[in-house]
Amino acid sequence: MISQGFFARFLAFGVNVTLTRRDVENIAQLARLRIAEEELPVYVGSLSRIIEFVEQLGSAETDEVEPMAHPLEDQVQRLRPDEPTETDHREEYQRNAPAVEAGLYIVPKVIE
Amino acid sequence: MSLHLKTAAELGRGIRAGEFSSAEVTRHFLDRIGQGNGRLNAFITVTAERALEDARRADAAVAAGKGGLLTGVPLAHKDIFCTSGVLTTCGSRMLSNFVSPYDATVVARLAAAGMVTLGKTNMDEFAMGSSNETSFFGPVRNPWDEERVPGGSSGGSAAAVAARLAPVATGTDTGGSIRQPAALTGLTGVKPTYGRVSRYGMIAFASSLDQGGVLAQTAEDAALVLEAMSGFDPRDSTSVDAPVPAYSAQLDRPVKGLKIGVIREFFGEGLDPATGDAVQAALEVYRSLGAELVELSLPALPLSVPTYYVVAPAECSSNLSRFDGVRFGYRCESPTDLHDLYTRSRGEGFGAEVKRRIMTGTYVLSAGYYDAYYLKAQKVRNLINADFKRAFAEVDLLAGPTTPTPAFGIGAKVDDPITMYLNDIYTIGANLAGLPALSAPCGLVDGLPVGLQLIGPHFAEPRLLEAAHAYQRETDWHRRAPSAWA
Repeated sequence: MISQGFFARFLAFGVNVTLTRRDVENIAQLARLRIAEEELPVYVGSLSRIIEFVEQLGSAETDEVEPMAHPLEDQVQRLRPDEPTETDHREEYQRNAPAVEAGLYIVPKVIE
Repeated sequence: MSLHLKTAAELGRGIRAGEFSSAEVTRHFLDRIGQGNGRLNAFITVTAERALEDARRADAAVAAGKGGLLTGVPLAHKDIFCTSGVLTTCGSRMLSNFVSPYDATVVARLAAAGMVTLGKTNMDEFAMGSSNETSFFGPVRNPWDEERVPGGSSGGSAAAVAARLAPVATGTDTGGSIRQPAALTGLTGVKPTYGRVSRYGMIAFASSLDQGGVLAQTAEDAALVLEAMSGFDPRDSTSVDAPVPAYSAQLDRPVKGLKIGVIREFFGEGLDPATGDAVQAALEVYRSLGAELVELSLPALPLSVPTYYVVAPAECSSNLSRFDGVRFGYRCESPTDLHDLYTRSRGEGFGAEVKRRIMTGTYVLSAGYYDAYYLKAQKVRNLINADFKRAFAEVDLLAGPTTPTPAFGIGAKVDDPITMYLNDIYTIGANLAGLPALSAPCGLVDGLPVGLQLIGPHFAEPRLLEAAHAYQRETDWHRRAPSAWA
């Protein structure tokens, strides 16, 4: 089916493992994701491969290139008048909440 | 002909002409889902009662002389579209208990067109995947070979339409998630221009790339449904305020004189030769119809996969920060403090691929790395965009294969993210540049469908649909259903 050369061209790019276990723990912490101890090595491996893979962007000459801000040229973020358009849906929305009391979302105690 | 082998257009005509009722059609498809879904796992939720209610309403509208082209025709929605009062999971444990309080604009528009909602289709978790294997609700099977994947992320929609469990289905496409599964299941799949279809109520993955669209049997069906779902929506700040052409009314424009650019980079090393032959044969059909074929090079295009795997994870890490276990969605058991609540709810609620992408995005956006990765990728994105612009100064449409190979085996690529990501090597470019693109079935390789991809300049949906329709008048690949499901 698919020729090996095709993948080799991408997969051979960058051979150093770029991320350490410590790096991945930091990233997970920033992303507020609890990663089980035994899963960490899997993420160290796959995230390193992804980062190595995207390193090939460095080969593109972009000194004179503007970063792309929007897929459609001349399209800017549309603003709307600052007028209320929504009605109160609190009760309806709180039906999906894990814990609610007296119309409030309940979380563990934040301030001791 | 059995009802399920009819196209959406044929079903609409039959319902309006009184040959059969929407209720009959709807029951027929619900029965097929009941019999077939256990094998394919294409649907996460079937909304039978609601569908029959929709059908009764449609039949009443037709009886009152108020039926439109799609009135009474059933459809399935990808489970990324919020559906009022119905479970909307996005294929994730995180939303496995989420009953949407409102309708996505796409859902509301298609309901207003009289369409009947059969249910919600399975998908890769948060639309992140190319094989529908990352779903919390289990993999979807390809009706052409149940040991193979249907593609992803709109894999449930693709399998449902390919197996004729639904005449047509919605999908979303961030890097190929409509076109790739359409190709691997023998369907016509359209990803419209960025901003053409409202993203309101469409659960966000990568907001500068995401676009809703349709998976159908034919270009005609795709045109009909796209027309009904497109258009300006003040509730989506990226929605484009421009009139929607009557796509279905101009399908018969001839392709004679059409200039089609054949993308050289798409026919190189890596393309399965038999898939390439099928695509070349399709291009010859265009030549025989009077289209002019021009070979073109888009030199920055091979960088589209690494560009995407910076931009999409960056946007996903930001979008998915809303899932915090507080206001809706999954919450872990007995959190000890707020931090524990956040990290465990997210760690347990998201699957491995979603976590991998959130972490990739967090890394490329983190202090000290932003310029090297995200800014660099947005610059390369502009190079890719410039390549497309140059090409469209010369030609009307671009053409190539949709995928490098036909459908692969379930489990074959799950261990290596990069190998999986390379499935979208031909489709990602259109997302990066916001261009409309479609995949149309153009042959069978060892009994498995493969697709021809057509890419157009912004808002060239009419040209794309016309070109696909012209091809479908000359060929019958689009009318083939997998024999086990015909």
